[in-house]
Amino acid sequence: MEVARFWRTNKQRYQLVGEECPHCKGKIFPPRDICPTCDKEAKVPYVFSGKGEVFSFSTLHQAPAGFERYAPYTVALVKLSEGPMVTAQLTDVDANDVKIGMPVEMVTRVLREDGERGMLVYGYKFRPA
Amino acid sequence: MRDVSIIGIGQTIVGEHWDKSLRELGYYALAAALKDAKLARVDALYVGNAHSGALSDQENVGAMIADFAGLRGVEALKIEAAGASAAAAMRLGYIAVAGGLCDFVACVGVEKMTDQQPSTQESALAMSADGDYEAMQGLTTVSLNALLMRRYMHEYGYTKADFAPFAVNAHANAINNPFAMYRMNISPKQFAEAKPLADPISMFDSSPVADGAACVILAPSALAREFTDRPVRVRASAVATDTVGLHDRRDLLSLDGAAWSAQKAFAAAGVNPNDIDLFELHDGFTIMSALSLEAAGFAARGKGVELALNGEIRLGGRIPITTMGGMKARGNPAGASGLYQIVEAVEQLRGEAGANQVANARLAMTQNIGGSGATVVTSILERI
Repeated sequence: MEVARFWRTNKQRYQLVGEECPHCKGKIFPPRDICPTCDKEAKVPYVFSGKGEVFSFSTLHQAPAGFERYAPYTVALVKLSEGPMVTAQLTDVDANDVKIGMPVEMVTRVLREDGERGMLVYGYKFRPA
Repeated sequence: MRDVSIIGIGQTIVGEHWDKSLRELGYYALAAALKDAKLARVDALYVGNAHSGALSDQENVGAMIADFAGLRGVEALKIEAAGASAAAAMRLGYIAVAGGLCDFVACVGVEKMTDQQPSTQESALAMSADGDYEAMQGLTTVSLNALLMRRYMHEYGYTKADFAPFAVNAHANAINNPFAMYRMNISPKQFAEAKPLADPISMFDSSPVADGAACVILAPSALAREFTDRPVRVRASAVATDTVGLHDRRDLLSLDGAAWSAQKAFAAAGVNPNDIDLFELHDGFTIMSALSLEAAGFAARGKGVELALNGEIRLGGRIPITTMGGMKARGNPAGASGLYQIVEAVEQLRGEAGANQVANARLAMTQNIGGSGATVVTSILERI
């Protein structure tokens, strides 16, 4: 994959930068420019706290290309304290200890690598808070 | 708008066709359907396919199948809508015939998946999800469905074993389908002990990757009886969409796209769920079956699994599903599956379903889903 594709979403992956709707004050992540609550334009950047709780989770064994060396790993839907849901891996936790409702916080980790000489992609994961 | 009927059907056996290519599979289903309709040529060929680029290094599949089938010069296009590609191809054919632009249209669904390694297959399937915010995090189709299933069990108090009837029913029905991939029974015990893929999903919750192709021929209903004694009328053809990413859903456990698609189809046909005799739903995973039954109005919220536990999804039950084995046991060649559903519904309405015949079947509904609920194509078919 090409570098620009990852650069474009650096703010999202490194800092959880989403948006705040100037009309209804709804918080939006990932950014989508049209507010899902009031359907008006929303382009004001908003930095999320990175705090939230596990809404659902699973440990997967068959990884897609680029992630094979990390399998098995645990993925989750995390409900951020500001409202939106984010899809991410969990880290620094035993898969057997994960529960729905568990408080978590964002950390930065390596997400994937494209072969031995390829890029390392960093981004958010969540760990117990 | 003109009334539209299905005048021919064709399908290949679903399986690991190591000796057959994408173009051969597509052609075999097309040739079978043309023969069934006693037609030599069509005005247009619409090919549903989800993964030819990622798994066969081949795009331009509309022209590819048309050329291989000897239909030189014909209008031919590929339609991609992830796992709903095949039903989307029929939707395009329906628009063309109903709108009076074409008289005879072949709608083919074809998928060639087994040439590639599992990690490549997982990556290809994950392209149906949100690339930047799901696949980038290492999520797969299986794990996204696992997130749905875990939350469903948490909110409604079901156990993993409660999902067994979906898989057991599908396998029992596949035994009598000569085109099915896995024609054997499985027991609830086997379901409970199956290898985990992404907990709580195990091997028997998940439909198998496969190769296959299926085809229907559409024509104006006014001409249908010139070609077949048993035309099947398309009473409704509807598409609706929802967010691609699960994290963007209004309500994780409500498949809004499936509900809107079903409601559009019911309104177009002027019927309601009580009128439907069988429902070929999207059983890519057991959780999708439960959520689809709820979204389409056959079960209340949280009651889809209960409907299955009560035996109402079996042949002879209130709403038989996956009557020829479904994606679970017939096999799930992704971008072809939606037309297998439609071919099987036509078999039921023609009275050709053999030991699996739903008695007096008059109205059948099919629902084909791309991604975890993002693109949803619903069709309602009628025996005339």
